[in-house]
Amino acid sequence: MDAPHPIRRGFYRHRLPVRITHWLNFLFLVVMLGSGLQIFNAHPALYWGERSDPGQAWLATMARTDLADGERQGITVLFGREFDTTGVLGYSDGTPRGFPAWATIPGDRWLAMGRRWHLFFAWLFVLNGLAYIAWGIASRHLRRDLWVRGDEIRDLPHTVRSHLSLRSLRADAEQGYNPLQKISYLVVVFVLAPLMLLTGLTMSPWLDAVFPALVTTFDGRQSARSIHFIVAFGLVVFTVVHVLMVIAVGPVRELRAMITGWFRPRGPHG
Amino acid sequence: MKRPVSQHRRRVLLRLLGLGSLFALGGCDRLSQSDWFPRLLGSAERLNLRVHRALARRSTLATEFTEADLSARFPSNGTYRPADADYQALAARGFATWRLPVDGLVEQPRRYSLAELRTLPSRTQITRHDCVEGWSAIAKWRGARLSALLDEVRPLPRARFVVFHCFDTMDATGARYYESIDFIDAYHPQTILAYEWNDQPLPVPYGAPLRLRVERQLGYKMAKYLRRIELVESFDGINGGRGGYWEDHGYEWYAGI
Repeated sequence: MDAPHPIRRGFYRHRLPVRITHWLNFLFLVVMLGSGLQIFNAHPALYWGERSDPGQAWLATMARTDLADGERQGITVLFGREFDTTGVLGYSDGTPRGFPAWATIPGDRWLAMGRRWHLFFAWLFVLNGLAYIAWGIASRHLRRDLWVRGDEIRDLPHTVRSHLSLRSLRADAEQGYNPLQKISYLVVVFVLAPLMLLTGLTMSPWLDAVFPALVTTFDGRQSARSIHFIVAFGLVVFTVVHVLMVIAVGPVRELRAMITGWFRPRGPHG
Repeated sequence: MKRPVSQHRRRVLLRLLGLGSLFALGGCDRLSQSDWFPRLLGSAERLNLRVHRALARRSTLATEFTEADLSARFPSNGTYRPADADYQALAARGFATWRLPVDGLVEQPRRYSLAELRTLPSRTQITRHDCVEGWSAIAKWRGARLSALLDEVRPLPRARFVVFHCFDTMDATGARYYESIDFIDAYHPQTILAYEWNDQPLPVPYGAPLRLRVERQLGYKMAKYLRRIELVESFDGINGGRGGYWEDHGYEWYAGI
């Protein structure tokens, strides 16, 4: 974080490259998620290992006609247990489909178009991520703002407690990233995003021929497909928590900071 | 900063949010229906092809598995029993009268019977079949090396693609399945014209009497129910002009991804 400027407009918190890559990343993630769910819908089931043996899915969605009333139902099977997910998973908008139309790109079932979106935006997602990391290293942003210091790790219990109180959370937000925040950002940048990329690459039979060890590392192509899905879900959870935190500590203040770069601390003038 | 600027910023912020949700709600659908946007998205295909080709040597093999890895049930996708009368007639006689013409830009056009194809140098491989839908299954395939067949018919220097015409009619337009590959895949050691599946004559659901295996690409490249092989300089004039039935319906010609 730059030194605080003792003027009305507050701190210059987010430098331009951070702001640009942040919002591009958000856009690309939305597109990757929507088109990814479209691709998932072509075979809405996940397996472990190399093969997708029928009946061996650990997660599957399906449509079924209820024997009692003849109504179409959406069913999700997770580790052998069935859940009625009509309207969301398995059956929605009057059609059998994994995820509903509002969650997929495009909305209709259209695998070819979903693949086009996914395989194009994958490049943008990766290039944007690499640009962020390269800039983060060169500018020492990662080292200064994201790297967790020893004393912060020792202080972790305090940080966890402060998350239970809105007031101390808000006070923390004015100090810069807190250690929990740093850890979650580091996990996203250096664990989840690379996992997303590597498992995505193993979906390619050509790249599997070139890098067979990658598929083996993930215990087979269908495992890699499962991990790809689970990590995507992890990124969604991260984003939801991230947005909830922004709302908790002051959405206008935080959004303004990520758009203009300037963070104005809470003062007597609000 | 003065007040008006901050209000201006708030307005910009709201507009951005509005634009974002508009984009999310239907903007993607409208873009998908446009002419230019899918073409822009499709530009990634050439990039993917170039990068993939640069990473692999011509002989880089797809992973091969063992008998223990075979799928207990191998799915049959797309056509599983062509209804076409010409196919049915051939199938009724156990494909004894089936012949495979190999023509187009070749020095020596030929017609092969199944018995003749079996005399060509062959290859047996246990490979994972990856469908564009996302599923994978493992089976054992045995067939004539396409490279050996091409050596016999001798492609002309102008020839760039091998087109596989199939028996199965796909839709009401009467379009029959077809596919095409370039010479890098055509001469790859694992590219075979398979006549056996799991040690038995190729069953009808998997493409009897002969199907293509291109192990480093997705399932839809591996045309079943082969009717004719044609060597061409360009597939512009064939059906939809995109080099394959699914390609004519928006799927990528390069299916290595």
